[in-house]
Amino acid sequence: MADGPFKVSRRDLLVATGAGAVAGGAALVLGVWYGRRQERFTKRVPSRSQPFAPSIYLAIDGDGLVTIWLTRSEMGQGVSTALPMLIAEELEVELDAVRLEHAVANRNYGPQLTGNSAAVRKLWSPLRQAGAAAREMMIAAAAAQWGVSASECSARDGHAIHGPSGRRSPYGGLVEAAAALPVPAKPRLKPDDALRLLGRRQPRLDVPAKVDGSARFGLDVRLPGLRYATIVRCPIFGGDLAGFDAASVQGRAGVDEVFELDGGVAIVGDSTWAVLSAAEVLDARWDGDAGFDDAQLAARLERGLEAAGHVAREEGDAARWKSGRTVQAEYRTPFLAHATMEPINATAWIRDGRCEIWAPTQAPQGAQRMAMKLTGLAEPNVIVHVTLLGGGFGRRAANIEVRDAVLVAKRVKGPVQLVWSREADVQHDVYRAATAHRLEAALDSEGAPVAWRHRVASPSLMGRTDELDPLMLHGATELPYGIERVEVSWSSVASPVPLGFWRSVAHSYNAFAIECFVDELARAAQQDPVALRRKLLQSAPRHLGVLEKVAAKAGWGAPLAAGLARGVAVHGSFGSFVAMVAEVRRGERGVTVERVVAAVDCGRVVNPQIIEAQIEGGIVFGLTAALHGRIELRAGRVVQSNFHDYPMLRLADMPEVVVEILPSEEEPGGVGEIGVPPIAPAVANALASLGGEPPRELPISHG
Amino acid sequence: MPRHRFELNGQPVSVDVPDEMPLLWVLRDVLQLTGTKYGCGIMQCGACTVHLDGEPTRTCRLPVAEAAGRRVTTIEGLAGDSLHAVQRAWIAEQVPQCGYCQSGQIMSAAALLRRARRPSGAQVEAALAGHICRCGTYARIRRAVARAADALAVAPAWTDEDAGAEDG
Ligand code: FES
Ligand code: FES
Repeated sequence: MADGPFKVSRRDLLVATGAGAVAGGAALVLGVWYGRRQERFTKRVPSRSQPFAPSIYLAIDGDGLVTIWLTRSEMGQGVSTALPMLIAEELEVELDAVRLEHAVANRNYGPQLTGNSAAVRKLWSPLRQAGAAAREMMIAAAAAQWGVSASECSARDGHAIHGPSGRRSPYGGLVEAAAALPVPAKPRLKPDDALRLLGRRQPRLDVPAKVDGSARFGLDVRLPGLRYATIVRCPIFGGDLAGFDAASVQGRAGVDEVFELDGGVAIVGDSTWAVLSAAEVLDARWDGDAGFDDAQLAARLERGLEAAGHVAREEGDAARWKSGRTVQAEYRTPFLAHATMEPINATAWIRDGRCEIWAPTQAPQGAQRMAMKLTGLAEPNVIVHVTLLGGGFGRRAANIEVRDAVLVAKRVKGPVQLVWSREADVQHDVYRAATAHRLEAALDSEGAPVAWRHRVASPSLMGRTDELDPLMLHGATELPYGIERVEVSWSSVASPVPLGFWRSVAHSYNAFAIECFVDELARAAQQDPVALRRKLLQSAPRHLGVLEKVAAKAGWGAPLAAGLARGVAVHGSFGSFVAMVAEVRRGERGVTVERVVAAVDCGRVVNPQIIEAQIEGGIVFGLTAALHGRIELRAGRVVQSNFHDYPMLRLADMPEVVVEILPSEEEPGGVGEIGVPPIAPAVANALASLGGEPPRELPISHG
Repeated sequence: MPRHRFELNGQPVSVDVPDEMPLLWVLRDVLQLTGTKYGCGIMQCGACTVHLDGEPTRTCRLPVAEAAGRRVTTIEGLAGDSLHAVQRAWIAEQVPQCGYCQSGQIMSAAALLRRARRPSGAQVEAALAGHICRCGTYARIRRAVARAADALAVAPAWTDEDAGAEDG
């Protein structure tokens, strides 16, 4: 698509190849890197125009230009810097010398879903190996040209170097020769002490375009003849269109077409404004059960807590419940919307037997499969380009808007950009589940907890009613505290509200309930919250490590200014561990969080400054939820509609944040979500120690 | 269709669109300058901020008719021959995450620093109170504004020209 706004990687379609063990021409994929998936990858691979394309992730052309294909979506979490760093480190090229392309959806890339904080975790080895293999091939090609042994050669800054003679050859001049060489099956990775990029602060590659207006998000796709569209849907969950009066919007300036589509009304026009303002005045009637509201939800959650529930973990001696004193508390968390800064959108163009999609999506392959189903077109004819994402947080794995865009594109001529207004986003999201928690513990005569019971009641992300939905208990089942008797269970609550993945998913509410309850136990036993956790975390060294670090760094126990209090929380998620201490004040303007100290153990570190940014961002995301976030339901629909009634933390509310990253040799853990879970309980625990009823319901200002 | 003329990033432009069409959509959909963003459409988030005769102005509810005859500067026109001091500071402090809110934040910060070369914390908070960053880059925004102010203070030769194509 030469006329598209994005650099489209030539013919990134599925191309059959009789791949021998040669890296030339139609490209070869290093199947050995892909473990069990080897077979699938070696069958068909994307072709490359560059002469040297030794893997699906990178290619080098005759000018030495390195192209790296990003197989994860950049939504602010920094993958478009972290992933190239893994390749550039081993390939021995400077980070700013690489050119990035977002990979189009293609199953030969392996899973392209961006989620579960898994990008670096999953690609740490494959990308380093891809870079190392290419480096070894460059060195081998140079050594052959010079007639020397490869063992006397090294590589640096895009050149192969012969040590004894000091001869240097730029990669660009070696690509033809290197492409004829076999791809090493087991390339040697650089030893840790030779690493130049990994573990060090590197500027993000996406920042320059994000300060001068040139960064292209989904909404910025502009194509010749592009038109705009929106779909107005029934505001009542599960409801349907009863009828509409097309004349209420037809004839408005810029409105071209109005038609029924997919249980709603599609409006197509010549500007975003034309269709969004028409949507506001469209006269449509809806059918639906308007009975569901917050009171019903609360009653169902209550009943859910009383139900037997599905057991996820039950271990230790039940007799420990008879040890003496018991403590009990209940917690509640609301439905939450994602509110990605870039409103929901996707662009589609169906013509000449092809369907082309431009989408800020976390799930390009899911988008491709969906479009294949909707259009009946085969995989190579459905091309999904991934743009930058103006925030994802899990919302953009759902692809509802891609479906919308394809459905409209099937009905109209030319490319169409499907846009959801902010109001549609807030009212038709896939929400973080509302939950209720009952926690109980038995304390021995010393005040130490010896039995623990955590019941969660909530709607099910996986749609389960009569069996366990383990997703809803992430962060609860794997309770790290050393307590003899542990019972964790969940019961399903019926709700018409669609659910989705929301940054840190179940960890967001389970950490709140658990960490607040641990402070309840500390109060009941008149123990210091850090001391109690320390005692209970003796066999959870990484939790303990971040706890000790944060306590030291935050000056736990040191006197504070009048009116300020500290609260602590620790939580592990996505292979990483985070402890936070929040310093909080309750004033006339409500709750003020003045300072947050975070200690993070996320295993091997790729880029510390991105980790710090993700923790800062996770704190803001979690604080927004803790202090303001609440989706209310009335008459079967969402009450909130935009930022005036679904408020976000703003600059003046931003606490000072200190992030301490612990050195670690462990496997890399996730970083994009781990900053969210601990902040709400840290703040609630601080407020509890200021006196009064401890907050047990989120948002805090509401409870 | 009425014709509306204004100056955009130093160039005269004219567009034939309805009077009430918000400037945001004229910029994005008609003139294809997509650096100015849609975030809420109700003057709550600041993503759509441009300079109107040098003043930071949200454009999602600003009818194009009100821009007639005036000078509009968007993020694309903020830099002159080199980046604006605020943009440089944004890079130095590595502010953006997803980046979607940053055009608006930068436009407001640049306008603030023309008004107040040494803004207090409260002035920074007030100038950026109308902006939402869902990614939570606020701490870095604060640092970047301070850095830009420092850069401007040690550069007495700084003129509005250095600050971009627009004047104040
Ligand atoms: S889009 Fe104008 S303030 Fe949000
Ligand atoms: S950087 Fe993503 S909204 Fe601000």
